[in-house]
Amino acid sequence: MIAPLVSVKDLSVEFHGSRQASALSQVSFDLKAGEVLGLLGESGSGKSVTLRTLLKLHSPKTTRMSGQIHVDGIDVMALQGRPLEAYRGGIASMVFQEAGLAFDPVYTIGQQIMEAIRAHESISATAARSQALHMLERVQIPQAKRRFDAYPHELSGGMRQRAMIALALACKPKLLLADEPTTALDATVQIQILLLLRELQRETGMAVIFVTHDIGAAVEVADRIAVMYAGRIVEENSVAGMVHAARHPYSAGLLASTVSSENRGQPLRAILGSPPNLADLPAGCSFAPRCAHASAQCRAESPTMVSSDNTRIACWHPLTQLPVTL
Amino acid sequence: MSSNLTDMNAMDDSADRGGPAQPLLIVRNLKKYFPVRGGLLEREKKFVHAVDGINFTVAKGKTLGIVGESGCGKSTTARLIARLMEPDSGTLIFDGEGVGEFGGIELKAFRRNLQMVFQDSFASLNPRLTIQETIAYGPREHGLTQAQANERARQLLARVGLEPEQFASRYPHELSGGQRQRVNIARALAFNPRLVILDEAVAALDKSVQAQVLNLLQELKAEHQLTYLFISHDLHVVHYICDDVMVMYLGQVVEMGPVEQIYGQAAHPYTRALLSAVPSMDPANRTQKSPLSGDPPNPINPPAGCRFRERCVHAEAVCSERAPALVPAAQLSGHLVACHMNDAASGHTAATLESAV
Repeated sequence: MIAPLVSVKDLSVEFHGSRQASALSQVSFDLKAGEVLGLLGESGSGKSVTLRTLLKLHSPKTTRMSGQIHVDGIDVMALQGRPLEAYRGGIASMVFQEAGLAFDPVYTIGQQIMEAIRAHESISATAARSQALHMLERVQIPQAKRRFDAYPHELSGGMRQRAMIALALACKPKLLLADEPTTALDATVQIQILLLLRELQRETGMAVIFVTHDIGAAVEVADRIAVMYAGRIVEENSVAGMVHAARHPYSAGLLASTVSSENRGQPLRAILGSPPNLADLPAGCSFAPRCAHASAQCRAESPTMVSSDNTRIACWHPLTQLPVTL
Repeated sequence: MSSNLTDMNAMDDSADRGGPAQPLLIVRNLKKYFPVRGGLLEREKKFVHAVDGINFTVAKGKTLGIVGESGCGKSTTARLIARLMEPDSGTLIFDGEGVGEFGGIELKAFRRNLQMVFQDSFASLNPRLTIQETIAYGPREHGLTQAQANERARQLLARVGLEPEQFASRYPHELSGGQRQRVNIARALAFNPRLVILDEAVAALDKSVQAQVLNLLQELKAEHQLTYLFISHDLHVVHYICDDVMVMYLGQVVEMGPVEQIYGQAAHPYTRALLSAVPSMDPANRTQKSPLSGDPPNPINPPAGCRFRERCVHAEAVCSERAPALVPAAQLSGHLVACHMNDAASGHTAATLESAV
């Protein structure tokens, strides 16, 4: 068996700044080269923290991390200084939700892409310029030559997100981390960006971790989906398996509460309650207080992850059939 | 409990006046241009055509959805109707009475009949008032005693699923997003309004919480005989909750009709593109081609003729010459569309073909 490109084992992250919060607990997953993993979850479920930890973006002063992260054979937890800088952008790169905030407003997008290229490769400014221009063309920015000299505020939301992707891919990373790249966009633009990401992923063969709260967007790009809840992965399956046969009550509930034309005129099967406070997680399964199937065991013991052919689930009472009534 | 709420006198002018056939709200020729500050030497003054002469009606007890991309004028329309900004032109007729007109309904009374819930649940609450104070504030201003207003606030909190004992004395920052949006809904209901404008009211909520709030909205609508104006960019939610849908593009209405006709037999190319841009939810049948390229165009000085023509695959010469009027769609009742392809007399080559289908 080939070693996976990304291997995360028992990753736990705790913030202990002015307030305590346990953001991730014992998250483990593997990702093969060329695979697209969708991380699905609500706000506060730990999706974005997972991505940021993969790039070591959290301040060590206020963060306690344990576990192991290996990306392309590199021990990410041990990285520091120059090797960390080379790793960020060179091997793993990130696309953020708000491209408008991620760019520096006082440099043109062309300059920023050139800067990234020259930080990783020792090449001349002219060569970097032509590479940067090539990147802008690859993300299908019309009139790339003219847009090269545009400042971020001169571009529309969709164009900025394309430029952001160009910047992230400028140094040919093996792993792209996409943190809700389409959430702030209109549906008509969102689908363009999703198709672009899918196309670029196919061309370059990079692995992608795609974080989203919108299952529709995940279905469009991902091969597998992992559902997160309160800092843990609760279920992982292929996209088709997840959509048609989710077994964790939370994933099933999330799918059932997704609005579609079929449930017009009848109340939605909503999951009751709201996500737990990360500073004060319940004992046992974090989802137990909202779960219709919860038993005494669920409230006392945290469920163990059980895996069987390509699917994983952490639940004491997984559902056996659909549809569920919550 | 709802009768308990309504007999709280003083501000109760929520009686049905026009009868069931009278639309609750008629909007005529609503228009709002925002001037754009240009350079010193610029001669020509530019305007953002935010809302450009739209007409529509909202039937009693129904939910009208307004959809469109960002910048199409959805939210401006809502704010103009609530008179949070003055329209450049246009009239509103509320249940048969002209709003703010001689012999019609006064603006203050109209505002009691109309309430609004906004997208940002936190920004729309006063951080220094407890949620009971927030909800009781309006009724108090409009003539209830403090005790009556507090009583009403507590009833409403209980109705939207927030235990008054536990929540009444909390401040907005002590609540989650879903709970805050429930408070906003309770506040909107404090006047017994007849029309509630929901401006992206569920957009910022997590999916599981969004479903709870959508259920609550539908229960409240049935209990209080409410009429909703539901503004959203989420086409799934609009399909789920609305009876009628209005599609806007660059400040104009391009198509309007019953929800099943809009989703099933959309007649305008823009509506069709908008609908097919929604992710499919079926891994075996992923979207292969983007229905529209580019971003929504700039509403400053929009193109002449049909405003959609620059992104439309069916655009012909006639589309740049004349703007299509909003007329009944062929063979579909209650369905209006503004497209030359729908008008056999327009000279568009696809016109006859389209209306024959």
